[in-house]
Amino acid sequence: MVIVEFLIKLSQGFGIGALALATGLLFGGIARKIMARIQRRYGPPFTQNFMDLFKLLSKGSVSHGWAFDLGLVAGFVPMLAALMFLPIGPFTLFPSDSSLIMIVYLMMMAYLGMAMGVLASGNPNSAIGMSRALMLMAGYEVPFAAVIFSIYFFSKTGYLTQIVAMQSGGFMNWNIVKMPLGFLAVEIVLQGMLGEKPFDQAIAPAEIASGPMVELGGKYLGFGMIQHSVALFLETGIIVDLFLGGAPNFWIFIAKQFVLYFVVVLVDAILPRLRVHEATSFFWKLPLFLGILQAVIVIIQGGVLNV
Amino acid sequence: MSEWTEIVDYFRGRSMWMLHYCTGCGAIELPPTMTSRWDMERFGITPMATPRQADILLITGYLAIKTLKRVIYTYEQMQPPKWVLGFGSCTINGGIYWDSYNVIERLDKYIPVDIYIAGCMPRPEAILDSFVKLKEMVQNGEAKGYEKYVKNYEWYKANQDKVLKRTKPVLERIEKVTKIG
Repeated sequence: MVIVEFLIKLSQGFGIGALALATGLLFGGIARKIMARIQRRYGPPFTQNFMDLFKLLSKGSVSHGWAFDLGLVAGFVPMLAALMFLPIGPFTLFPSDSSLIMIVYLMMMAYLGMAMGVLASGNPNSAIGMSRALMLMAGYEVPFAAVIFSIYFFSKTGYLTQIVAMQSGGFMNWNIVKMPLGFLAVEIVLQGMLGEKPFDQAIAPAEIASGPMVELGGKYLGFGMIQHSVALFLETGIIVDLFLGGAPNFWIFIAKQFVLYFVVVLVDAILPRLRVHEATSFFWKLPLFLGILQAVIVIIQGGVLNV
Repeated sequence: MSEWTEIVDYFRGRSMWMLHYCTGCGAIELPPTMTSRWDMERFGITPMATPRQADILLITGYLAIKTLKRVIYTYEQMQPPKWVLGFGSCTINGGIYWDSYNVIERLDKYIPVDIYIAGCMPRPEAILDSFVKLKEMVQNGEAKGYEKYVKNYEWYKANQDKVLKRTKPVLERIEKVTKIG
C-alpha cells in the first residue's frame, strides 16, 4: 500500500511540475504579446515560448564541466521542491505546518544553485551578472522578510493552507485588505524577484551580454527557461496564497496569479533599468519602510490593542 | 522517425534567435526591422546577446580580414543547427570594397552562407523576406549549411588560412636585427 501511495504522490508531483511549467510559459508568452501591443507591434503568438523551449531542447549544447551541469540541476530542483509545499487552489501535495518558511528557504537555495552553475563557466560576464543578481537578492529579501514576519505575527502560523483558510469568506477577509502596505511592499519585491525592469540588472542584454545566461546554449538555455517559468509560477503563487486568499479551484488561482503578473509586465514596459546599487538601496528604503510599518501596525493591532 | 524530424524542423523554423554581427553600415537597417515599424518578433525571431544562444548569424556588410577571424570564432561557438545570412553586396562580391587589400570578397568561401540578401543597402522588407525564406527552407529541411561546413572543413580551413596567414613577418632575419653589437 505504501508503494501505491508513493507512486500516486510521485505522479502528482510530476503533474504539478508540468502544470507550473506550462502556466509559466503561457504567462511569458502573453507577456510578450502585451509588451508588443504596448509598443504598437503585432507581436509573436502567445504560444511562442512553447516553441522556443522545444527548439532549445532539440538544439546541440556544450557543457563547461560537471559543476556547470550540477549547478543548473541545483537551480531547478529546489524550485520544484518548493512547489510541493505550495497550496495550488485547494490542493497541496505535502501539507506541512511550516510550509511558508520552507518555501522561502528553498527559493533562495535555487538562486544559489544557479549561481554555482553559471560561475563554473568561467565567463566574466556571467560572474558580473551573478554578482548583480545576488546583490539584488540582498536588497529584496530584507523587505520580503519583514512582510513574512507580519504574516506570521498576524496569522500565528506558518502553515500556508491555514493562512489561506483564515482568509476565506469574501473579499474583506483577504490579507490584501488587512495588510495593504505589506501587499504593496511584496508587489515591488515581486518585480525584483522576477528580474523585470527596473530591476533587470542581472540579465542586461546590451550591457553584459545577458549576464548569467551568457554561456548557456541549447539544452542548457532550455533548462534555464524551464527554471524561470517555474519560478514565475511559484513566486506569484505564494503571493496569491498569502494576500489574495488562495482560490477554490485551479483556474481562479492562475487568474489571480495573472493579475499580479500583469501589473509587473506593465511596470516593466514603462521603466528603464536602474544601476544595481541604486536598485538595492531602493529596496532598503521604500519597500523596507512599508514592510516595517506594516509589521508595526500588525504588532500594535494584535499585541497591544488585541483587536 | 521522419515525422519526428518534420515536427522538429517545423518548430525550428518558427523560433529562430538571431545574432547580428554588424561591422559595416548595414547595422542601421536592423533597428527598424526589430522595432515597431516592421516587427520581426511576429515571426519568432528575436535578437540574442551571445553566439551560444543564437541560431542565425546575420553578417551585415564588409568583412576585413581582422573581423573575418572574429566571425569564424563566433560561428564555431554557435550550436548546431545554425544558419548564416549574408547581408548586402559586400558579403557577395566585396561591394564598394571589391579592390581593397584587406577586405574579403566572397563570404561563402570562408563560412557556409545559407541565404544572401542582395542590395546596398537591402531595406527591412528584404531582411524580413529573407527570414521568411529561411523559415521555409528550414521547415523543408533544405538549410543544411552547418552540415556542409563539417563535411568540407578542409576546404573552408584552407581558404581561411589563405587570407588569415598570408602576411609574412616584417623582419625577415630577426636574429640579425636583434643582435647587439
